[in-house]
Amino acid sequence: MKKKINSFFVHLELIMVALFVLIPILWIVLSSFNPGDSLASSSLIPKKLTLYNYARLFKETNYPVWFKNSFLISTMNAAVSVVLIMITAWIVSRFHFKGRRSGLIGLLLLSMFPNFLSMTALYTLYLTLGLLNHPLALVIIYSAGAIPYNVWLVKGYLDGISKEIDEAAYIDGCSYFSTFLKIILPMSKPIITYCAVSQFMLPWMDFIMPSLLLSTDNDNTTVAIGLYNMISGKENDKFTMFAAGAILIAVPITILFILFQKYLVQGVAAGANKG
Amino acid sequence: MTKKFSSTILSCLFWGSGQFFIGRQKAKGILLFAAQVLLFGIESVSGYWFNFFAGQIPDFQVRLYGGYFSRGIWGLFTLGAVPGEDHSTYLMVNGIMALMILMIFLGVYIWNIVDAYRTGKAVEDTHAYISSRAFGKKLYQKMFPYFVLAPILFLVLYVVVMPIIFSVLTAFTNYNADHLPPAHLVKWVGLDNFLRLISIPIWSQTFLIVLAWTVIWAFLATFSTYFMGLFQALLINSDCVKHKSFFRSIYILPWAIPGMISLLMFRNLFNGQFGPLNQMLLDCGLIHSRIPFLSDAFTAKVTIIVVNLWIGFPMFMVMLLGVLANQDPALYEAAQIDGASKLQIFRRIKLPLLMKATAPLVLMNLVGNFNGFGFIYFLTNGGPNNSSLQFAGDTDILISWIYKLTLNQNMYNLAAVLNILIFILVGVVSYWNLKGTTAIKEM
Repeated sequence: MKKKINSFFVHLELIMVALFVLIPILWIVLSSFNPGDSLASSSLIPKKLTLYNYARLFKETNYPVWFKNSFLISTMNAAVSVVLIMITAWIVSRFHFKGRRSGLIGLLLLSMFPNFLSMTALYTLYLTLGLLNHPLALVIIYSAGAIPYNVWLVKGYLDGISKEIDEAAYIDGCSYFSTFLKIILPMSKPIITYCAVSQFMLPWMDFIMPSLLLSTDNDNTTVAIGLYNMISGKENDKFTMFAAGAILIAVPITILFILFQKYLVQGVAAGANKG
Repeated sequence: MTKKFSSTILSCLFWGSGQFFIGRQKAKGILLFAAQVLLFGIESVSGYWFNFFAGQIPDFQVRLYGGYFSRGIWGLFTLGAVPGEDHSTYLMVNGIMALMILMIFLGVYIWNIVDAYRTGKAVEDTHAYISSRAFGKKLYQKMFPYFVLAPILFLVLYVVVMPIIFSVLTAFTNYNADHLPPAHLVKWVGLDNFLRLISIPIWSQTFLIVLAWTVIWAFLATFSTYFMGLFQALLINSDCVKHKSFFRSIYILPWAIPGMISLLMFRNLFNGQFGPLNQMLLDCGLIHSRIPFLSDAFTAKVTIIVVNLWIGFPMFMVMLLGVLANQDPALYEAAQIDGASKLQIFRRIKLPLLMKATAPLVLMNLVGNFNGFGFIYFLTNGGPNNSSLQFAGDTDILISWIYKLTLNQNMYNLAAVLNILIFILVGVVSYWNLKGTTAIKEM
C-alpha cells in the first residue's frame, strides 16, 4: 500500500514537471497556427488553427534567403572548424615542442575573454579586408573562436588514443599526415561528430556577430536577426509570424540535437572534466 | 676573425648573408634575405621613403609619408593628430596589426642571427658544409609542429587575440561618446578610467550593485537547476517508474530547443500588457490586476530564475542520469548490510558521489551563468530601468551592462575596464578550478 502511494506521488510529480516543460512549447506551436497577428490575440488556446502565418512568412519576408544564409554559414562553419580543431589538437596531443604548455594555457585564457568590446576591432578588421556584409565571412570568426575551447576538449580525447598505434604506423613508413588521416581521424569519430554538430548549431542563433557585421538589409541577414526584428518593436504585431519562423527553425535543430544527443552529452561531460 | 663571428655580423646586416657566404647554404640564405626584402619592401612601397631620401619632401611627417609599419606604430602611439582626418580606432587596430607583423619579422631576424652563428660554428668545428636541402629536411622534422600550426596561429592571432588586445588597450583611452572618431580624436589617458570607476560614487555604486546581482544570479541559476535536475534524475531513476525514457525525452526538450527562441518565447508569454499568461490568470479569476512579470524589479528577477530553471535543469538531469547509470550497486548493498538507512545511504554515499562527479560541470555552468548575456538581454533587456544606477537596469548583470555601455552609450573606455575586471574574476576562478585537474598536470 505504502509503495503504491509512493509511486502515485512520484508519477504525479513527474507529470507536473512534464506539463511545466510542455505547456510553453505547446503555446508557441499553437501560436504559430493562430489566425491573429499580434501577441494579444494569441491566447493560450487558440480558437481556430491556420497556416496563414507560415504563408505570410514566405510572402512578406525574406525568410528563405535568411534561412539559406544561416544554413550556408552553419555548414561551412562545421566543416572549417572541424578541420582547424582536429589539426591543432592532433599536433598539440602528439608532438612535444617548445611553447606547447604556455600556448595551451594561453588558449584557455583566451576562451574566457568576454567579446563585446572586441567588436569595434573586428568591425575595423572586416572593413579593412572588405568583408563586411558577406554572410560567409562570419565563418572566419566562428571557426577561429571555436579553436581555444574545442582544442582542449579534443586534445583530451586524442591523449586517450594510444601513441603506440601511431608509432607502428611510422615504422610502417606512414608520413605524419597520412597517419593523421588514416589512423587518428577514423578513431576520433565521436569527438568529430560532437564538434561538427555543435559548431553547426551555434551560428543559427548567434545574434551579436551578424547584427554587427551584416547590414540590416534583408538579403544579407540571418534567421536569428530576421526573427528578432519581427518582435523587437513595441507593438508586437508580428508575434504569430515570429512563432511560425521560430518553429520552422527550432524543429530541425531540436531533431538534430536529439539524434546526436549521445555525442553532445559526452562532449559536455568531457568539456567539464578537461576545463 | 672566426667564421662564426663574421657569419653572425653578416647576417645582422643582411639577413641570410652569413648562411649564404660562410655556410654556403644558398637557398636558405636567399629565403632569409627575401624576408628582409619583403619587410623593407612593404615599408618603402607603402610610404614615401624614396621621395624623402631623394630630397623631394622637405617637411617629413610620419603621419603623411610613413610606410605601413612606421605609420602603424605612429598611429598606435599617438592615436592620430588631426581631428576629422585621423580615425583613432582604425589607427589603433592597424597599429596593433602592424606591430604583430613586425614581431613576426623580428622573430625571423633573431632566428636568422642565431642560425648564422650556429652555421658558422658548425663550419669551423667540422669543416663540412651542410646543404640547404639537408638542413631543410632536418628543420622540417624538428619544426613540423610549428609549420602546421603557423597558419592556424595566424588566424587566431588576427581574429581572437588582436581584438582582445584592442579591448584591453581601450581601457586606457578616453574612447567614449564625447570622443567618437572620426570627428574627434581618442587619447591615451592612463589609469583615469580605473580611477573614475572607484572615485565617482554613482559608478562604483552601480558596479557593486550589478556585481552583487550577477553573483546572486549566477549562484541561484546554477544551483536551482542543479538540484531540480538532481531531483528529477532521482525520481526517474526510482524503481516504481516504468516509462523512464518517455519522461527523459520530454524533459530533454528545453535543452534541445535553441536558447534564443525559448527566451524570446518566454518574454512574450510573460509580457505584462498583452501576455497570455496574465490574460489567462485574469480570466480564471486568480488575480485581479496584471502581474508585472518583467517590469517590476523583484518579480522580474524571480521570473528570470524560473525561466532559467526551465531551460537549465535538463542538462544536469541528463548528466546525473548518466552518472547514476554508471554507479556500482554493490556500494549501496554493502551499506545496507552494514545497517545504514535509506536516508543515510543517500546523504552519506550517493549524494557526495554525485556531487563529486559533477563538480566541474557545476563550476563551468557557474562561469557560464556569470556571463549569461542571452538570458538577460532577450528576456528583460536588463529592465526595469533604475535611475539610481548608471545606465543599468535592475536585472542587468555585468556582461549585459557592458553591452549597454558599448552599444547604447558608446562608453567604450569604461566598458573595457569592466571587461578586464570580469576577465580577471573568471580567469582566477577557472584557474583555481583547473589547477588540480589531470588536464593541467598531464601536459
